[in-house]
Amino acid sequence: MKRLLVLAPLTALLCGAAAREGEQPLASPRSGFEFMTPALQAMQRSDAQNPAMLWVASGADLWKAAPANGKPACAGCHASGLAGVAPRYPAFSAALKRPVTLMQQINHCRATRQEQPAWRDESEPLLSLAAYLGQQSRGLPIEPPQDDRLTPWRQAGEALYRARIGQLHLSCAQCHEARAGQRLAGAVIPSGLATGYPLYRLEWQGMGSLPRRLANCTTGVRAERLTQDEMTQVELYLMQRARGLPWETPAVRP
Amino acid sequence: MAITRITLPASARRGETIEVQWLIAHPMETGHRSDDQGRLLPRDIITRFECRYLEQIVLAMDLFPAIAANPYCAFTLMAERSGELVFIWAGDHGFEQREVRTLVVTE
Repeated sequence: MKRLLVLAPLTALLCGAAAREGEQPLASPRSGFEFMTPALQAMQRSDAQNPAMLWVASGADLWKAAPANGKPACAGCHASGLAGVAPRYPAFSAALKRPVTLMQQINHCRATRQEQPAWRDESEPLLSLAAYLGQQSRGLPIEPPQDDRLTPWRQAGEALYRARIGQLHLSCAQCHEARAGQRLAGAVIPSGLATGYPLYRLEWQGMGSLPRRLANCTTGVRAERLTQDEMTQVELYLMQRARGLPWETPAVRP
Repeated sequence: MAITRITLPASARRGETIEVQWLIAHPMETGHRSDDQGRLLPRDIITRFECRYLEQIVLAMDLFPAIAANPYCAFTLMAERSGELVFIWAGDHGFEQREVRTLVVTE
């Protein structure tokens, strides 16, 4: 009986906390851009200041460079550029019979059309070319393809997004939905909308992809790293959540 | 060869003040951090930048370890007459980068 009495105030406290949490969910998801300081927003807006433009510049060189084996450069096939393409990824690849991210598609093109070895994940050329392609779509609305073949992957992505993981036993949604706009120590928790990848993060002092960012969060909650397929599933769901928001690549984030 | 991005107007009127901005890809490794094995990462920074316009130094600066990777700089100068702007960066391990831009000055 005594034990129950001790528990009662604690239960009340926890219920109170739960009620407070529900008070301030954001009315609509907002891009991480809106949570940044004016100085950082200016850095992203100005191509002269945005350090990610260094990767875009090297991506533009890679785009035009033909491989030594006589196969065409990217620009050789995609002569009119690829504006509007990046905000539609991940998309279903008929050739690979599975959903692919933009970076996976770049490597697939490289292997089949140019007969070149794939670039490693997070390697400079892969980030540069993805940044260059992304920049061509800057400002366009994010339009995830309404393709039934993507649905099971997208659903699996949402399940992962809502599943509690790791030693901290937290789901993506608990921070990036229920607590978006609040703070985790000094940092504002954004809505988890992948609107500008690959992007330049000041914390990284460099460019990185969405999988790198997801790995930051899984490390943060002390969970095991997601597999590559799981990363694609989560990316599909995140792009669905960000539908209609403007594409920001190459973005800057703190 | 580092990648640089220099922003300045293609032309200016004589006597006009113009803004010059640059970005350069550089790790700016401080020399105070260690790698996964606990070994100290050697310092690798840009130590000096100079901008010459009409063969005169218009800006010179010394850089130090507390500057972030991929540094950015903005400064102004007064357009006198058409000519070359030469940008020179120098740093640790023999790092050297030189870029030239032409400024057209109209009356």
